[in-house]
Amino acid sequence: MFLTISTTGTLERPATDLGFLLHKHPDNAQTFSTSHGTAHVLYPEASAERCTAALLLEVDPVGLVRRGKGKGRGGAPDSALAQYVNDRPYAASSLLAVALSTVFKSALRGACRAMPERAAAPLPLRIEVPALPARGGAELVHKLFGPLGWDTVEAEPVALDTAFPEWGDSRYVRLVLEGELRLADALNHLYVLLPVLDDAKHYWVAPDEVDKLLRAGDGWLAEHPEQKLITSRYLSRRWGLTRDAMERLELVRLAESDGLEVEDVDNAVDETTDTEEKPVPLAEQRRAGILAALRAADATRVLDLGCGQGQLLQELLKDVRFTDIVGVDVSVRALTVAGRRLRLERLGERQAGRITLIQGSLAYTDKRLTGYDAAVLSEVVEHVDLPRLPALEYAVFGSARPRTVLVTTPNVEYNVRWESLPAGHVRHGDHRFEWTRQEFRTWAARVAGQYGYGVEFTPIGPDDPEVGPPTQMAVFTQTSRTTPKEDTA
Amino acid sequence: MTDTIRTLPVTDLSLVVLIGASGSGKSTFARRHFKPTEVVSSDLCRGLVADDENDQSASRDAFDLLHYIAGKRLEAGRLTVVDATNVQSEARRQLVQLARRYDVLPIAIVLDLPEEVCQARNAARPDRADMPRHVVQRHRRELRRSLRGLEREGFRKVHVLRTVEEVEAAEVVLEKRFNDLRHLTGPFDIIGDVHGCRSELETLLAKLGYADGHHPEGRTAVFVGDLVDRGPDSPGVLRRVMGMVAAGDALCVPGNHENKLGRWLKGRKVQETHGLAETIEQLGRESEEFRAEVGAFIDGLVSHYILDEGKLVVCHAGLPEKYHGRTSGRVRSHALYGDTTGETDEFGLPVRYPWAEEYRGRAAVVYGHTPVPNTSWINNTICLDTGAVFGGKMTALRWPERELVDVPAEKVWYEPARPLATEAPGGHQGRPLDLADVHGRRVVETRRMGNVGVREENAAAALEVMSRFAVDPRLLAYLPPTMAPTATSKAEGYLEHPAEAFAQYADDGVERVVCEEKHMGSRAVALVCRDAAAARERFGVDPAEGATGALHTRTGRPFFDDAAVTEQVLERLRAAVTAAGLWDELDTDWVLLDGELMPWSLKSAGLLRAQYAAVGAASRAVFPGALDALERAAARGVGGGVDALLAKQRERAADAEAFTEAYRRYCWPTQGLDGVRFAPFQVLAVRGRSLAAVPHDEQLGWLDRLVEHDPTGLLQLTRRLVVDTGDEASVRAGVDWWLEMTAAGGEGMVVKPLAALVRDGKGRLVQPGVKVRGREYLRIIYGPEYTRPENLERLRRRFLGHKRSLALREYALGLEALDRLAEGEPLWRVHEAVFAVLALESEPVDPRL
Repeated sequence: MFLTISTTGTLERPATDLGFLLHKHPDNAQTFSTSHGTAHVLYPEASAERCTAALLLEVDPVGLVRRGKGKGRGGAPDSALAQYVNDRPYAASSLLAVALSTVFKSALRGACRAMPERAAAPLPLRIEVPALPARGGAELVHKLFGPLGWDTVEAEPVALDTAFPEWGDSRYVRLVLEGELRLADALNHLYVLLPVLDDAKHYWVAPDEVDKLLRAGDGWLAEHPEQKLITSRYLSRRWGLTRDAMERLELVRLAESDGLEVEDVDNAVDETTDTEEKPVPLAEQRRAGILAALRAADATRVLDLGCGQGQLLQELLKDVRFTDIVGVDVSVRALTVAGRRLRLERLGERQAGRITLIQGSLAYTDKRLTGYDAAVLSEVVEHVDLPRLPALEYAVFGSARPRTVLVTTPNVEYNVRWESLPAGHVRHGDHRFEWTRQEFRTWAARVAGQYGYGVEFTPIGPDDPEVGPPTQMAVFTQTSRTTPKEDTA
Repeated sequence: MTDTIRTLPVTDLSLVVLIGASGSGKSTFARRHFKPTEVVSSDLCRGLVADDENDQSASRDAFDLLHYIAGKRLEAGRLTVVDATNVQSEARRQLVQLARRYDVLPIAIVLDLPEEVCQARNAARPDRADMPRHVVQRHRRELRRSLRGLEREGFRKVHVLRTVEEVEAAEVVLEKRFNDLRHLTGPFDIIGDVHGCRSELETLLAKLGYADGHHPEGRTAVFVGDLVDRGPDSPGVLRRVMGMVAAGDALCVPGNHENKLGRWLKGRKVQETHGLAETIEQLGRESEEFRAEVGAFIDGLVSHYILDEGKLVVCHAGLPEKYHGRTSGRVRSHALYGDTTGETDEFGLPVRYPWAEEYRGRAAVVYGHTPVPNTSWINNTICLDTGAVFGGKMTALRWPERELVDVPAEKVWYEPARPLATEAPGGHQGRPLDLADVHGRRVVETRRMGNVGVREENAAAALEVMSRFAVDPRLLAYLPPTMAPTATSKAEGYLEHPAEAFAQYADDGVERVVCEEKHMGSRAVALVCRDAAAARERFGVDPAEGATGALHTRTGRPFFDDAAVTEQVLERLRAAVTAAGLWDELDTDWVLLDGELMPWSLKSAGLLRAQYAAVGAASRAVFPGALDALERAAARGVGGGVDALLAKQRERAADAEAFTEAYRRYCWPTQGLDGVRFAPFQVLAVRGRSLAAVPHDEQLGWLDRLVEHDPTGLLQLTRRLVVDTGDEASVRAGVDWWLEMTAAGGEGMVVKPLAALVRDGKGRLVQPGVKVRGREYLRIIYGPEYTRPENLERLRRRFLGHKRSLALREYALGLEALDRLAEGEPLWRVHEAVFAVLALESEPVDPRL
């Protein structure tokens, strides 16, 4: 991984002053040991008119993998590091950012004992990063560097493989920045934005990263329009840390606008500036619809089949009429998240006794699921391949046989009303299909007939006169205790 | 008064309830006649829960504990003695219930000693000296009230001792249960339902080697019951069997038909249906005396037998493990009638509960009762009723040989009320898969390698993959095992080299190996049925779905998202099988093929772009500028080792270039099926046969013909070379072949024992194949710069043990799946093995191996 920093000058103010500002002599290549490899600083050119410093970081790809071993669970935080086939030796990532901060430590602080006035003043800079991984592409590069005072920001996509032009561009761009900036500012931009564009960190993000971010972002981050993205990516999307950083940046802004010190305005932050993601109204309406249907069916012992991360379970738990709530999901990870959301470990005995989370699969029958009043399959069926749907039907309607079954699924007709959804696309990458209202009704009627249930339909969300509601719900009610004779053909 | 010893018979698995007032000497009695661990005393339990053996306030908890301990012992099949006063009927009722719950006999031993004896004994004990006299008096009152009703309460034996002398003279004698014949080790010939088919029985006995009911080698016949009804000569059958049993040449358990006949013989009113009328009519021609003998014979039959050191259980209608060796009404009922769901089918017959599918016991259960067209082992159980009376056949099982011997029915003696089940096992009427078949920690029995364990967390991971991504489990008959690489080479510049592979097989005693070109694409398993009807008949898929097979990846995912494309591939494969004449030659209407589907870029486009091509792109972007900077710095005469750095960076750039070349070889564009290639390397199974043990030269013979008969260009030949591991020249030729192939860009080769399924000198399975990957190809695995000496040195420290063990376990499971498939076992049995392969795949192992 590699980058160059160039400046131009005159005989009076020679470009080679860059050597002083970087604290590295232009006529000697210097070598530094960093945590993930050897950094070299050398100057391909050094004249009064033009001086270029190059930073080359040699990463040991084998060491990168072997180092990850023996660490606690999960190993390296960036799973890419666990691969021998790894772009880290070539691409400008957090490894390079760390090398930058190690090798040019004083320059980043803007310190230069030899020429303090040069360090404090802007100088003409040209920075080139030939292989910069940029999740978000050239567009994001412009959004990030654009507001920082650079005259030109050039981000040229790198082709993935010239032998296969149909594969298109890679996620790398060749970045060229030109402008009159303080060297320290330019280095801080790189230090923060290289890992942000890469959207990965080679080390575990600890709370002190917030301090590092605020220090490096001093003077530019608080006012940056992409502050939220920068903060969250820099902190590896650790929401707690991100919120902390955002609040502190808010304080900085407040303090600045009032000409106060940050400490004076602390604790004055309005709670409504919470950056928590806004709840998706449709999901809320769906849960409300389900709860209403469950109450109408007089259900107290309820299965949430495909409970995911437990949002519906949380609602069910709030209503004491539901005495026996079972969340079932095939993903152990989802169940772990659900358990955390419900704070199962801290729940009082009486509350905890009402809820159980189990791993299960609707591709199999499961004796543990028999004898319940109701089962909810909310946004589940569309995640099953159509040819495997009969197995789910048997497992739910034939084997578990709750008195009431609620099935919700997207109404594909409504998709035209979603502005952000490209035509012909499903709403979620894992949706194996999305049904029209008619398709859903046909399926539901067939299943109901086959297994001895009656079925009614309820819209969820605004019922558009033309395309119907965004979500459709079927309420199945058992009409006969045993499965009618199956068609043996 | 008497000095003679009084024996108290006690069944060896029973719940012995001591009954007696405080001070009657129960604990002393228990100590004298039973092992200390067999006795559970209420005093001890009181002490355990309350630190005081006499704390009456703790009685409730103490008895909970007593019942719990006794229950655990009975569940495990251990004789248990309850030492408590048990003078109240409520206390005894709970114990009788406990005995019934675990299907053992409750036995009462009553110490009805005079009050003075009890009072005196209590007075002598410091902890009971203060006990009021009325306590013993009350105990005795309650005891005397209970005495006459003990049998009615359910106690199957009641022993009452009334004096100190009687107690002294008593001797407990353990009796075996009637069903416990573990000491008989046979060998046995277990014979299925006879139903009055005298002639077929005689033919079968003759075929088994019996002459006039006696086997010259001392074998014992075991009849699973239903000797009578429906058939032409029930008395003849009875005469034969009763004679054999009396002579010690046979054992017999009762069937439901004997049971009903027995009741009729006793004059009870029974419906003369299901062939009983015929028997009554035939018996009418026999003497009164014979009928009495039959009645006595039937009365003496024991519901089931445990034989051969506990390895074999024989009964009429099957028996779950928890009932083996137990004695209760419901055990007898299950043994005679089986389990029913309570429903009746469209023929008015009870719907039978498939207990065998849940059976997980170690003992083989051999039974009859349910007529089936063909016998098959399910979970170590087998039904021998092949419907002789309905025109099927009469079947016997040789034990311990596990060989089946049968004779055809001479005619249809009786029309069945419902047709014998003809559904293919695992067909659409087969039992749907149940989570209990795959969930949690499991042990899968394999024919080739014994038990293979699956850890709970691996099963959990597999459940997600199987449920969310896999093809229909009915079409997922096999998942390929992982393959270990050859031992790490020490040759300069190489991480893998054929020399180690040949040496390893030579060590294992494998003389001839076949080297097969390794194709670089994606592993694909193809199930090709001759037509949709064959797919339906064997695999039970709905013809409406139109699937004539499946094409799936090594994790069971469909290879193509579009089912129509899958069908196109299957169509081409089918055409090749047809043109090559393999349907007839292999006598099948389906084949299961293992192979590699190419190009790599077809299935792995995402990975290629995100990782492999990305690394190439980044390297191409970074090196020109970096090299240029270094060259200019060197030209300027900058000190500090720039020249060395430049040289090194040039090498790195060259490595990155070589890496890009390496992955590019396995990528090419495809359009529909144009450009797609499939290289089959094994015919895994066909109808009724696993071909996994067929030598590879024979396998390749079939596969070459497939390739030859494919005009579409889909099928690709696999180059191969047979090497004699003991012959230096041959080994050298193998090495050269590999060098040549990999130099031309090949991925490498797989070295397999030519005989396919091979064991070493110690009888252990030998690796079915090891891969030897090419030097350039390994850049895709170990990174562009792996060939640098300092990197190779570190990479050589890789550990193959786990991978090898995993490869063998998965291999054994894969073979097991094929065997189960070939033998027509139910879907869930095949699925169990397939699922286990997937679960093992989630064991953490170095992914580069």
